[in-house]
Amino acid sequence: MDVILLQLLNGLDKGGAYALIALGLTIIFGTLGVVNFAHGALFMLGAFCAVSVQALLTISKKVKDESIKFFDAYKEIPYLEAWWGDTGAMIIDYAVPISILVAIPLMLLIGLGMERGLIRYFYKRPHAEQILVTFGLAIVVQELIKAQFGANPIPTPAPEVIAGSANVGLWVGLGESVVYPWWRLIYLAFAGVVIASAFAFLNLTTYGMVVRAGMADRETVGLLGINIQRRFTIVFGMAAVIAGLAGVMYTPILPPDYHMGMDFLVLSFVVVVVGGMGSLGGAVLAGFVLGILQSFASMNEVKSILPGIDQIIIYLIAVVILLVRPRGLLGRKGVMES
Amino acid sequence: MMFAGLSRNDKLLFAGFTIAALAMPLLAWPVGANYPDLLQKFAIYGIFAIGFNILFGLTGYLSFGHAAFLGVGSYAAVWMFKGVTMNVIPAVIFGVLVSGMFAALIGFISLRRSGIYFSILTLAFAQMSYNLAYSVLTPITNGETGLQLSQDDARVIDRMFTEQTAGLPSTNLFGLEMSGYPGFYFCCVLLIIAFFIALRIQRSPFGMMLRAIKTNQVRMNYTGFNTRPYALTAFIISGMYAGLAGSLLAVTDPLAGAERMQWTASGEVVLMTILGGAGTLIGPILGAGLIKYFENIFSSYNDGLLAESFSFLPDFLNDALVFVIGPFVGEGWSLLLGIVFMAIVIFLPGGLMEGLARIHGWYRRRGQGDAGRKVAKQAAE
Amino acid sequence: MTKSNDSGVSRRSILKAGTALGAGAVIAPTFFVRNAWAEEFRNNPGNASSVKFGFNVPQTGAYADEGADELRAYELAVKHINGEGDGGMLNTMQPLMLKGDGVLGKKVEYVTGDTQTKSDAARASAKRMIEKDGVIMYSGGSSSGVAIAQQSLAQEMGVVFMNGLTHSNDTTGKDKRRYGFRHFFNAYMSGAALGPVLKETMGTDRRAYHLTADYTWGWTQEESIKNTTEGLGWETVNAVRTPLGAGDFSQYITPVLNSGADVLILNHYGKDMINSLTQAVQFGLRDKQVNGKDFQIVVPLYSRLMAQGAGANIKGIYGTTNWNWSLQDAGSQAFVKSFGQEYGFPPSQAAHTCYVQTILYADACARAGTFYPPEVIKALEGFEFDGMGNGKTLYRAEDHQCFKDVLVVRGNENATSQFDLLEVVQEVPASQVTYDPSIFGGELGPYKV
Repeated sequence: MDVILLQLLNGLDKGGAYALIALGLTIIFGTLGVVNFAHGALFMLGAFCAVSVQALLTISKKVKDESIKFFDAYKEIPYLEAWWGDTGAMIIDYAVPISILVAIPLMLLIGLGMERGLIRYFYKRPHAEQILVTFGLAIVVQELIKAQFGANPIPTPAPEVIAGSANVGLWVGLGESVVYPWWRLIYLAFAGVVIASAFAFLNLTTYGMVVRAGMADRETVGLLGINIQRRFTIVFGMAAVIAGLAGVMYTPILPPDYHMGMDFLVLSFVVVVVGGMGSLGGAVLAGFVLGILQSFASMNEVKSILPGIDQIIIYLIAVVILLVRPRGLLGRKGVMES
Repeated sequence: MMFAGLSRNDKLLFAGFTIAALAMPLLAWPVGANYPDLLQKFAIYGIFAIGFNILFGLTGYLSFGHAAFLGVGSYAAVWMFKGVTMNVIPAVIFGVLVSGMFAALIGFISLRRSGIYFSILTLAFAQMSYNLAYSVLTPITNGETGLQLSQDDARVIDRMFTEQTAGLPSTNLFGLEMSGYPGFYFCCVLLIIAFFIALRIQRSPFGMMLRAIKTNQVRMNYTGFNTRPYALTAFIISGMYAGLAGSLLAVTDPLAGAERMQWTASGEVVLMTILGGAGTLIGPILGAGLIKYFENIFSSYNDGLLAESFSFLPDFLNDALVFVIGPFVGEGWSLLLGIVFMAIVIFLPGGLMEGLARIHGWYRRRGQGDAGRKVAKQAAE
Repeated sequence: MTKSNDSGVSRRSILKAGTALGAGAVIAPTFFVRNAWAEEFRNNPGNASSVKFGFNVPQTGAYADEGADELRAYELAVKHINGEGDGGMLNTMQPLMLKGDGVLGKKVEYVTGDTQTKSDAARASAKRMIEKDGVIMYSGGSSSGVAIAQQSLAQEMGVVFMNGLTHSNDTTGKDKRRYGFRHFFNAYMSGAALGPVLKETMGTDRRAYHLTADYTWGWTQEESIKNTTEGLGWETVNAVRTPLGAGDFSQYITPVLNSGADVLILNHYGKDMINSLTQAVQFGLRDKQVNGKDFQIVVPLYSRLMAQGAGANIKGIYGTTNWNWSLQDAGSQAFVKSFGQEYGFPPSQAAHTCYVQTILYADACARAGTFYPPEVIKALEGFEFDGMGNGKTLYRAEDHQCFKDVLVVRGNENATSQFDLLEVVQEVPASQVTYDPSIFGGELGPYKV
């Protein structure tokens, strides 16, 4: 029972990340009709917002390190610590939460810039060319990040107070043996909040309703005198923010490196297809379903029956879904099929 | 007759291509690419890209898992070297057949869908092949290390005729060793044959059919025409091309690694085809050459070598050039590749071939303009 | 398109190599004598005033930073061999034939290449160095698969390959080659060195749980460590394979929590190790009490880059390394000093092994009196030296593996500087980690190819 609960939590956690990325991808596809292969790069850029904030907070003065005699070595003492002592150290400790505040406007700008600067010229071009140009953009962005930050992962820990684990077992009456890291629980809750607000925005606000109307029938909405293009641009920015936030929040779990976007890109496309291209609910559902299945496939009991299943489970599901129900779990019939 | 039904232009194209391919060592000399390994890679990836183009360029089906067939071809060829003989002919045939069968299987399933669904299906199959080859299938693939020859391989046929030597045997074509330039010419001849077959396919009624699939599959289906068998045939042929390329990689260098099947490797052949010009005959080969050139030559430039290259310039200019170019070569070569690729997709969606066509058109128009002015001038006199 | 000035030389050597191959005769002479200057072999520098080394390191991909550090070390080694700079370990190596005027009177030049940590790309890059640039030796690596692929190429081409960082037993075991040499230690030695320290710090009654990267290197390390720990009397609860590049390891870590194990052994390298360790610590494993003992995590192979990536999570965690810059012997100090003065920070173990390999090759040529590979190989085989940072070292003839002291280290609890990530717990003497070469099998192959 403990094991099942833990794997379920793992699956939900992983699924949260998949769902957030897939949600953004789907929003972009649904509104603009663009297949965005640079979406993984947006996730990675979000994570590097956290890295940059941490780097800014730890700008240091160099003090000669007397313990090293062979060459001139310097100890680095962050100015914040030098000026404000423990308060400064605490601000540095909270680098990741602080960077959320930075990431929202920054990712919005990056998203808007990307849409205005590149994507809009590709609305009328074939999907293959959209895939290719955004793929090229993803390569350029990740190489730029590598040139600046190197290829090695950079540790970006969660604040000290929530570094440990929560006694989840006690909450559900399973005893003390079931513990789960605080940060992962926070991530799960965070994913839930972001997904809920995206849905609320699209379903409950007038602005969102117009966007959804535009997704369904662009021409008619345009005829009503609404500048739907402008709304779509803003929606693209929103999708970038969602991907970026998913990245920022993921940094304590996975020390970020320049390639993390590509690692998630293929997976998130599989998630989108399994959920159904263009279906927001489908993307979220598929994200969680795939995350959970992946976790359970990794259990020794499963692996001993089907060796290597944890390596291919996601792709296997994609193949099965596409053959049995090509429109995906919650997709509309006919989308992207011709 | 081999050339029956080809237009005069096509015959010229083929003759020109044959000469250019055979003269590649000379053509590659001015850019410093005239060494056997890179020439072999040009030929091999040229074949790979031609084959990919038969599927993508003609039918419009974008496969994101083509590297799987390349990998399977390599594994099959190396197993042939290990088990039967070091002669390259059986290995190449076996490699092509095995990947053809593999392509038939995957194509049969994947072609039930089209558009991005097809892409994702092929991608999923390729990733599964890669993940399994790297880990669970290690007894067949030798996992991370890659499948290579060893002293105690069976090599049944070779053992019947020759004594075992102290070192590892090398791949050969009836005694001619397949490394260095002989290896290149072997690949080159196959490249020419592959090009010829692609040319014939493109000009045949079958090729017309494939292009019709690209233009409007729905209409084809409405006219009562089942397009699936045609698309599947194209998929298998293209898989066999990939298998040929894979087995040639093993011929020139008897080692097969799982990373050949990774999705990034599949992405690479897409880049090659697009860079050169999808749907054209020559374009994909140009694209393949360009990417391999980037990967092998640009990556080798370090700041020292750059400074040396520009040493004829005054110091401050030299420093400035190294400062500007430095980030794009050596470890930055992928950045340069990404930028070039984006520029091509944005400004020249038809790839390098479109660029060449535009330049050609511009010259002709200018020439005509000049001629026209001349005529006008003469008339005025 | 730019071209280097020396392309005239390389062009000639390629044509030469090409015609030789075309004639089907790679190396004509059937005899060799010591100091046979007339011997024809691939990329023979002949009367040229310089020789070229090739440095093939990952410049793109996950190990690019490690590759960059290796490249720094190679550049430094070439400087020292050519008599520039302060000479580094040339001042401490014993015995030494190099005089600081290049090798055999020829100045050393070098070319670089990108392996991308892929076998295919590495071999393509190595072939460029051999066929186009005409290198007499090449070196590099940050992964065992790639190293083995390059080493077998070396045998085919008849050019010596000096392995950089590769830790798999196979490199000098099952896949050893006459033309390949490894200074770095291996998984077996990690296990043998860790054994006594684990016994001392954790006792003989422990239950171990392995998470192993699901590919060749992971498996050999798991096997080596298991042999050692089971020899101590430990029980192996489970050994679970994880996909390479899994990213999130939570689904593999949670089963550890209630498995009854009290030691977690992470047979991961690079990014996998950074992620699995970070996450294991996040799950509270390091603070856990099982069977009345403190839960322990062991990372058998440490590197500084991994330690940097994992940050504070490595505190107190045991592992082994080939070398660490904090060593106090004269060789290490000389190297750290010249590296530190050149670049402003201390070298990594990858940099150290690459530097040493380059010096050792150059010195072997000087001792053989020729660049003719079979003679150089013989000069390296069975060579005993000292003053290179690991104490007395033997290049064993049977498998081309160096035998030297192995460091057992622990993540530093109170680091005094940002470089001070690992503290040396014990220097395990070479005699304790030496093994019989026959246990791993393999065949070196012939001297002449």
